[in-house]
Amino acid sequence: MTVQSDVRDAQAPAAREMMLIQAINEALDVALGLDDTVFQLGEDIQDPKGGGFGLHKGLSTKYGLERVRPTPISEQAIMGAAVGAAITGMRPVAEIMLMNFLSVCGDQLINHAAKLRYMSGGQTNVPLTVRTTTGAGGGFGAQHSDMLEASLVHTPGLKVVVPSTPADAKGLLLSSIFDDDPVVFVEMHHLYFAAKGPVPEGDHRVPLGQARIARPGSDVTLISWGKQVHDCLAVAENLAADGIDAEVLDVRSLVPLDLDAILGSVGRTGRAVIVHEAVRRNGFGAELAATISEDLFGQLHAPVRRVAAANTPVPYASSLEAAYLPSRPGIEKTVRDLFG
Amino acid sequence: MTTSPEATAVEGVDGDVLAGIYTTAVKIKLYDEKYRATMRAGKIGGMYYSPRGQEIIPSAISAVLAPEDYVLTIYRGVHDQIAKGVPLRTLTAEFFGRASGSCKGKGGPMHITDPSSGLIVTTGVVGSGMPIGVGVALSAHLRKSGQVTVVNFGDGASNIGAFHEALNLASVWNLPVVFVCQNNRYAEYTTLADGTSVERIADRGAAYSMRSIHVDGNDPEAMYGAARTAIDAARAGDGPTLVEAMTYRFFGHVMGDGMEYMPEEELRAAMEADPVVRMREKLLAAGHRSEAELTRVEDGLRAEIEDAFEYAMSQPMAEPEELTTDVYAEGAIR
Ligand SMILES: Cc1ncc(C[n+]2csc(CCOP(=O)(O)OP(=O)(O)O)c2C)c(N)n1
Repeated sequence: MTVQSDVRDAQAPAAREMMLIQAINEALDVALGLDDTVFQLGEDIQDPKGGGFGLHKGLSTKYGLERVRPTPISEQAIMGAAVGAAITGMRPVAEIMLMNFLSVCGDQLINHAAKLRYMSGGQTNVPLTVRTTTGAGGGFGAQHSDMLEASLVHTPGLKVVVPSTPADAKGLLLSSIFDDDPVVFVEMHHLYFAAKGPVPEGDHRVPLGQARIARPGSDVTLISWGKQVHDCLAVAENLAADGIDAEVLDVRSLVPLDLDAILGSVGRTGRAVIVHEAVRRNGFGAELAATISEDLFGQLHAPVRRVAAANTPVPYASSLEAAYLPSRPGIEKTVRDLFG
Repeated sequence: MTTSPEATAVEGVDGDVLAGIYTTAVKIKLYDEKYRATMRAGKIGGMYYSPRGQEIIPSAISAVLAPEDYVLTIYRGVHDQIAKGVPLRTLTAEFFGRASGSCKGKGGPMHITDPSSGLIVTTGVVGSGMPIGVGVALSAHLRKSGQVTVVNFGDGASNIGAFHEALNLASVWNLPVVFVCQNNRYAEYTTLADGTSVERIADRGAAYSMRSIHVDGNDPEAMYGAARTAIDAARAGDGPTLVEAMTYRFFGHVMGDGMEYMPEEELRAAMEADPVVRMREKLLAAGHRSEAELTRVEDGLRAEIEDAFEYAMSQPMAEPEELTTDVYAEGAIR
């Protein structure tokens, strides 16, 4: 008996309970340790502060300022330097402090990072990871809170990842860093300290392009990513009390997208509700709703529905911000209406 | 750190070096003439940004650069591409969108990449090359490869924010990069004075504590001296240099430009002082090469250029199946 349990322990990687922010730090540590071509650059990432949230703590001390490289406030220069290094043999991990600031270096990201592989006929590739953080609900107002994933998905050549759990944050970030294409890795800072869970030790990878069934169910599929996966799980518990068995699908990477998992789940449940934090108009939910409707038209018991933020800039006042964001009651009502 | 010194002709540049610079310059001139003639004959369409008049700058730079060094350029970049050694056949095929072009017909004239010759990026977006060049130089520094990076751009590009961010970062990080502003005095249809707040763009280097050189880019000895200073410094670990190379473009912004905004007098004077023709005369006068030797070189280049155009014309267009490859490492993704 003891022998058996030893064997099982040896197969399952050891895991430690940690917050999502620690999981990201650990992924960066593993990547820097594994491969000399990996280096980090970004504003204020050096010790002793180790970044705005302290996410990088310890890394510049361990790996030195050549590889954990603080930059001036120069988003165009940061992104350009990362692109130039990536096409000539390095695996840069660039931090853009907040997602809204991607618009400051949009030229480098959209015109160059995304397209240099294609424009060169595949002679160069851009193994660049752009880490950035965002999220409404903290009272940061309109210029520090946007979820801009739809515009990234709309640029062929970029991959887009949004983790929701600490284990995924580590595993997806390591896969992104060692991917040969540019990946924008979106961290929702609300989850940095709120999401806790077991994280496998060492070089733990989660492949890009595989959705995760966060909760199995048979009556309706709730499709989401990032922070809203947790909202969907909470709503699913409420619904279960009334006999509605909701499946929650965590998309994890928007590009590449696990369409098989999405269509498979909705094919089984016959109902889909897409939940995201970005504004509703032209959000990624619109793309998913159209694709599900096209592919599963005959099998749906109800129209595909979306729950998303209002089509406004992110407001400041907490009352307005709460009204802006997709809420758990809002998600729940939308799902119940499908069974009306 | 010196700021904005006037680069003067280097005394006694080796005759063979000068002949090499001339060979590159005349290759560019002849290639450009062939390109424009082919356009005029209606055999090719599209946009063409002639570098005629600016030939000496990249020719002198390439006399100093090693093959493994990196060059970045812009839409007006055929002179830089030829000087770095991008093969004429595949370069021309790419201009014509052929399957055998440098980039399989996917990049086109404004997006030439040819890693085997070190021409790593061509960008159609004004000013974008500088930040990327900083990254290329950073990569060389981190890999300890000893490679130098040269980023070419126009005078107009020095008014873009990316220029300032890139120069600052290159200076903070002391990177092996040379920023070469090819000042042809016009940004599209806007004169230097109307768009640029300083008389000399080289003066902007001072704002970033950067070694800066203002040079007559049409003078081969001076341009060679500037290139040597900047590239040797980069190679020695002495950081970046801003080179402002003064020149003049002969054919307006893009082919078909009526050139109404370029004073006739100024244009005529520039063409009469054609730097490639002048260089030929000087090589002969100094006895570095004979008339017969230069004619032989030029005839050889003409044949190489004819061959490249014939080759490119005869190649098939890129196949539609290629549309979805190279978007990602895996091809296209739904
Ligand atoms: C960011 C950006 N703005 C505008 C343009 C359109 N445009 C193309 S070339 C050009 C002029 C650039 O002049 P300069 O940098 O002096 O280069 P030159 O053509 O003289 O070599 C302009 C405005 C562009 N390509 N990119």
